[in-house]
Amino acid sequence: MTTEMKASVLKNLDAVRAMIRRHKRNDMLFAMVGLVALMLGLLTLLTLFIDLVMDGYPRFNLQFFSDFPSRRAGSAGLLSAWVGSALVMLVTFLTAVPVGVAAGLYLEEYAPKNWFSDLIEINVSNLAGVPSIIYGLLALGLFVYGFNFGQSILTAGLTLGLLILPIVIVSTREAIRGIPVAIREAAYAVGATKWQVVSDHVVKYSQGGILTGVIIGMSRAIGETAPIITIGALTFIAFLPPSPISDVAPFINFQWLDSGFTVLPIQMFNWLSRPDHAFHINAAATGAIIIVVTLLMNGTAIYLRYKIRKNIKW
Amino acid sequence: MNKKLGMAVIIAAAFTSGYASAADKVIKIDGSSTVYPVTEAVAEEFQIATKNKVTVGESGTGSGFKKFCRGETDISNASRPIAQKEMDACKEAGIQFIELPIAFDALTVVVNSKNDWVKSLSVEELKKMWEPKSSVKNWKQVNAAYPDKALALFGPGTASGTFDYFTEAINGKSKASRTDYTPSEDDNVLVQGVSGNTGGLAYFGYAYYEENKDKLRAIPISAKAGSPAVMPSPEAVKDGTYQPLARPIFIYVNATSAAFKPEVKAFVNYYLEHAPTLVKEVKYVPLTTEDYAAVKEHFKALKPGTGFGGKNEVGIKVKDLINRIK
Repeated sequence: MTTEMKASVLKNLDAVRAMIRRHKRNDMLFAMVGLVALMLGLLTLLTLFIDLVMDGYPRFNLQFFSDFPSRRAGSAGLLSAWVGSALVMLVTFLTAVPVGVAAGLYLEEYAPKNWFSDLIEINVSNLAGVPSIIYGLLALGLFVYGFNFGQSILTAGLTLGLLILPIVIVSTREAIRGIPVAIREAAYAVGATKWQVVSDHVVKYSQGGILTGVIIGMSRAIGETAPIITIGALTFIAFLPPSPISDVAPFINFQWLDSGFTVLPIQMFNWLSRPDHAFHINAAATGAIIIVVTLLMNGTAIYLRYKIRKNIKW
Repeated sequence: MNKKLGMAVIIAAAFTSGYASAADKVIKIDGSSTVYPVTEAVAEEFQIATKNKVTVGESGTGSGFKKFCRGETDISNASRPIAQKEMDACKEAGIQFIELPIAFDALTVVVNSKNDWVKSLSVEELKKMWEPKSSVKNWKQVNAAYPDKALALFGPGTASGTFDYFTEAINGKSKASRTDYTPSEDDNVLVQGVSGNTGGLAYFGYAYYEENKDKLRAIPISAKAGSPAVMPSPEAVKDGTYQPLARPIFIYVNATSAAFKPEVKAFVNYYLEHAPTLVKEVKYVPLTTEDYAAVKEHFKALKPGTGFGGKNEVGIKVKDLINRIK
């Protein structure tokens, strides 16, 4: 090897090294940009949450949860609001899950692939983007006056159920799509009918995904204010709905469905608009509580998905 | 699955412990968010005292009347008198109402606490600022003695009863206002707006000023240029000198409910009985003792109708109002 050749290799080597350095720098650069983007979202939430906690911490005690609203900020509590939220969520869950899962299953398993199915598919995705107040207006006309359900827990639950329906449908379909074709074919091969395949395999394996979708939908619904205000939720209600369980046969009653109610975001909204600053502390505490509940729900969704996935071995 | 069932039982059990059944009578109230604090205070005390149930909503005076005239509520809170359209709707549904003034609110004009040039404002000056198509953009344009400082106006949204009353009292016509101001349905936003802007000016209910005295300055108002300017205060409202921005606020009681539902009757009586203390507690101005007595008599007689004839009126006396309804 001549010295010139050696020199040119070395020169090239330097060029290659420079190129590698450049690419590594780009890698780093993108990682940094990504991190900043992530932090932007996270820090905003964190700042908001810390701010709420700092404002609201004097009210974090059991009494806050067991007191009814009051004109005195110090003795005003969340009891009717959290019970209202819980009952509304119960109705939402009971309506959105069966309807959403059935619709998702149908679209994915049974619906013929033609323009009509495509149309429905597009519309389901579109529904997910409809502003929530539109659902409130629909519910006001349909449930409150059309069906005469009144401004009740039932109406609110159904409204929020409709609101999260697209989320449940889409997540059901995603979950079903994740099931390998081989599983299906194996079931068909041993002579299972379509319904047997769906009920014994498809639904079973997609549970995790469906559940995640449902919980994420519910955690959206619990913070919704606009549609609930539109249907006419109350602000001051210092008694609880009748109990769903009674001491006489048949031990269950549905009167609570018909009861007036308020929910956490509305209570917060009301306190925030008061002149008295002591109420703003209550509002901050309520805000922090809503965020914690939402985080807990989303956390549960992630945990369940992880756990259920771990148990499934294809 | 068992865990889930267990959870359900626990949640269900939380609701079981002896809460009353739906057969219980509930007094339903909705309407103005301005009147809400007063009615809420009364409802709270009434429930403790009598074990009757009361629910109060705050969907606004207009929406409140809509529900009231469909017969959905027993009582409607209102920060302005019932309008002709609403009276027609009630009439069509066969619903009669009893109009009861229950307190005063003083609309308060506030400026930033650093604003040291405004000593008082007359109705004319306010009109100059707020009238439709007003071109006033600077304090200098209001009064040549004021400094050259941009004027930033804040006020309630057009759906508010406060907006209706202020425009009626200042501009002479309900809902007639310039539109290029910063509106918000949330009075705390208005407070923030003015406290953050040296040239800011806003109007809202007295209670919001009372709670934010450290950040804002209330302006004495003179009814005419040259007449003495009056600072908003409970006393000035009571003796009728704070004009034209003191307004009565009302509850409208469904006459059928008042006559045939003993709990509604009891509630209204309790309301009028305890208004003097409770109204003061939520930072509104109570009527005079004689006025409350007159209102009580009026309710006792169950006389339906309104003293306003479907129009808002500025500076009316409670006694005259009641005497109009025969």
